[in-house]
Amino acid sequence: MNAATFLLAALIVVALWTVQASLMRAALGLGVVSALVTALMFEMDAPLAGVFELSVCAGLITVILVSTVSLTRPLGQKEQELQRTARQRRFHPAILIAILVAAVVSVGSYQPDLAPAAAADGDVREVLWGERRFELIGQMIVLFAGAFAVVVLLRERKKKEARP
Amino acid sequence: MTAFWLGHLRPALTAAALLFAIGLYCLSLSRNLIRALIGIELLTKSATLLLVLAGAATGRTAAAQAMAITFIVVEVVAVVVASGLVLGNYRHHGTVGTAPLDDEEV
Repeated sequence: MNAATFLLAALIVVALWTVQASLMRAALGLGVVSALVTALMFEMDAPLAGVFELSVCAGLITVILVSTVSLTRPLGQKEQELQRTARQRRFHPAILIAILVAAVVSVGSYQPDLAPAAAADGDVREVLWGERRFELIGQMIVLFAGAFAVVVLLRERKKKEARP
Repeated sequence: MTAFWLGHLRPALTAAALLFAIGLYCLSLSRNLIRALIGIELLTKSATLLLVLAGAATGRTAAAQAMAITFIVVEVVAVVVASGLVLGNYRHHGTVGTAPLDDEEV
């Protein structure tokens, strides 16, 4: 078994553990999934995307999720019971297995037409700045929109807290 | 590198499909907003992996990395805003469950 196959297998095992674990462990498990995706990106010769994935997804998003879990109260006994009942009513473990089997079968019958690029691949910085400059503008707009949304959410909350 | 990933395309595609299925399962099953967010994150991990895999298999890693970076930026903004909404919902209803949202009149 080579490193890539091991990482792919570990990715699936950790993802399965993440969806079954308690909330705090699930948030940490997601960080481990991100770290494994980072390692795969390095294996796929994409170090810059790997660094972004490691710092932003494995780092920042894990911190945000852990903070969110810490700031909120877990579901109560009654809510957990309701969730369990709804889960049993709507889904069965057999459905998870069926979904996983369907995913594997659909990939097995898929024949991707991936021809290697004719031209030599450029540097990622040149591609990002030269060919995909509009994406950078889009990224800036999305970042400002996100920051604005968070400010609006906090401001509304302060107003409500200030009311008697 | 391209030849290696063309040869290992099937296992990598299978892993991405399984990751997508696990995320979908988590998202559909959960009545906890934070867990639903974790399900969405697993879906986006699958998409990011496929983007980079396509670049590695075709030898266009620079373009794939540029797209993956854009995707990661959008992903983090979505998570930050969604976490803010979860916290807002928690302060308003006192729970991170989806039940109050089901009962909410539109």
